[in-house]
Amino acid sequence: MTGGVAIISLRQVSKRYPGGFEALRLVSFAVEPGEMLFLTGHSGAGKTTLLKLIAAIERANGGAVLVNGQNLSALRPAAIPYLRRNLGLVFQGQKLLFDRSVFDNVMLPLIVTGQPYREAARRARAALDKVGLLQREKANPVALSGGEQQRLCVARAVVNRPAILLADEPTASLDAAYADEIMEMFSAFNQVGVTVLVATHDRQLIGKYRKRVLTLDHGKLLQ
Amino acid sequence: MRAWLQHHGLSLAQTLARLARSPFATTLNVLAIGVAAALPFGVYCVLGNFESLSRNASVDPQLSVFLARDAAKPEIAAVEARLKGASGVSAVRFVSRDAALAELNRVAGMQEVIASLPQNPLPDAFVVTLSGSDPALADRLELEFKSLPKVAYVQADSAWVKRLDALLRLGRTAVVLLSALLGLALVAVTFNTIRLQILTQRDEIELCRLIGATHAYIRRPYFYLGSLLGLFGGIAALVIVLSGLTVLNRDLADLGYLYGSNVSLRFPSPNEMISALLAAVALGWLGAYLSVSRHLLEADRD
Repeated sequence: MTGGVAIISLRQVSKRYPGGFEALRLVSFAVEPGEMLFLTGHSGAGKTTLLKLIAAIERANGGAVLVNGQNLSALRPAAIPYLRRNLGLVFQGQKLLFDRSVFDNVMLPLIVTGQPYREAARRARAALDKVGLLQREKANPVALSGGEQQRLCVARAVVNRPAILLADEPTASLDAAYADEIMEMFSAFNQVGVTVLVATHDRQLIGKYRKRVLTLDHGKLLQ
Repeated sequence: MRAWLQHHGLSLAQTLARLARSPFATTLNVLAIGVAAALPFGVYCVLGNFESLSRNASVDPQLSVFLARDAAKPEIAAVEARLKGASGVSAVRFVSRDAALAELNRVAGMQEVIASLPQNPLPDAFVVTLSGSDPALADRLELEFKSLPKVAYVQADSAWVKRLDALLRLGRTAVVLLSALLGLALVAVTFNTIRLQILTQRDEIELCRLIGATHAYIRRPYFYLGSLLGLFGGIAALVIVLSGLTVLNRDLADLGYLYGSNVSLRFPSPNEMISALLAAVALGWLGAYLSVSRHLLEADRD
């Protein structure tokens, strides 16, 4: 890790869910701008919780989560949407909308953030082109293969040109060839300066990249 | 700014498309709102007619001043002078006891009764027309005239106007209560309609929040939905009230013909109709506001 201001930084972060389950315990780490790193660990180790804390979907019970220099526990609820606009999220459950076309799925983040339609359409097509789905823009996502659906999620996550890309098990349901494809895309985004944090339990995939790996074990970060 | 306007346009178009996609449910919702809004508005319109009736009737309220039977000519003249001199009096007409008897004589069946009387039982009287319809004026003059010498009794012919006024006040209170209750019903109908809509779109809402949508963005289409439901419901209410008045007027025309007069119910003015529509839109908007706010609150909690 080189010196400089961290774009994501966790200090002694703990998260306990109602009911007493402790998902994270005293987790500390920092991510440099433009870094790509993996977050791994067994199922239930706290990977998803950690990503949710960074995206302000959950709130930490203790410690401090800083994203872009903002302390999330001190963030007003009204400021959360603006924080998320700097994040590209690839969700574990994909969360594609099947009541609209591939193109409209990618348009959504741009419309939500108030881009003019013409400019938004141009950027949506550019994002679809980057993931190789431009020919399918009029299709319904339900008609796409699993790999194509995951690529659509990636396009939607990057269309707003976020500084940080968070991906939760982006290759979980894909075979090896599709998984490599997705990882190559993340790597390409990282090369143009996007900070990428990928949570995955696929050690084989991690082995192909010489990147920093954070390992969670029962909510604790292994050093 | 342009993008913001575009999103407003988009929200409106999507909302209209959504309403058109389920015409049956939309029609039923609009009808429920329409009926709820038509009741207070209809009662208000009919009440307005009675109000104008009472206004017309009380343009020249009258007092009948009956004199004592032993009043002599100079005393009568003195009373007449006092009546004419009182402020708020526009006309004084003298009805002599003989004239009154003659008038009574013209009423069928009264001749025999009158013939059997040993003498004319009627007193001399003045019919005093007041210049204003203020009930306080009538009360004041009634007291004043009662205290005049040789005045036996003063009868306010405007008593029925006061009774009508009291009834109208009751009616107005009823309209306010009815409006409040059915306005509440209107809010409840839109609240539930929008809640259902939110539940069918909860995935989209959740996703939008995750990709940086503000609460205002999420609320916007539902505000349109609530307001449009209110608007269409308001239009339905107007159609119901106007056709109701038309039907009533047809029956009233028959009734009026039998009574030899020309009565009809006045239609609401454009201003009144616009106010009713705006109220329906505002209530629909309120229902939407409550519904989305509640959902956002619930979503924030988990």
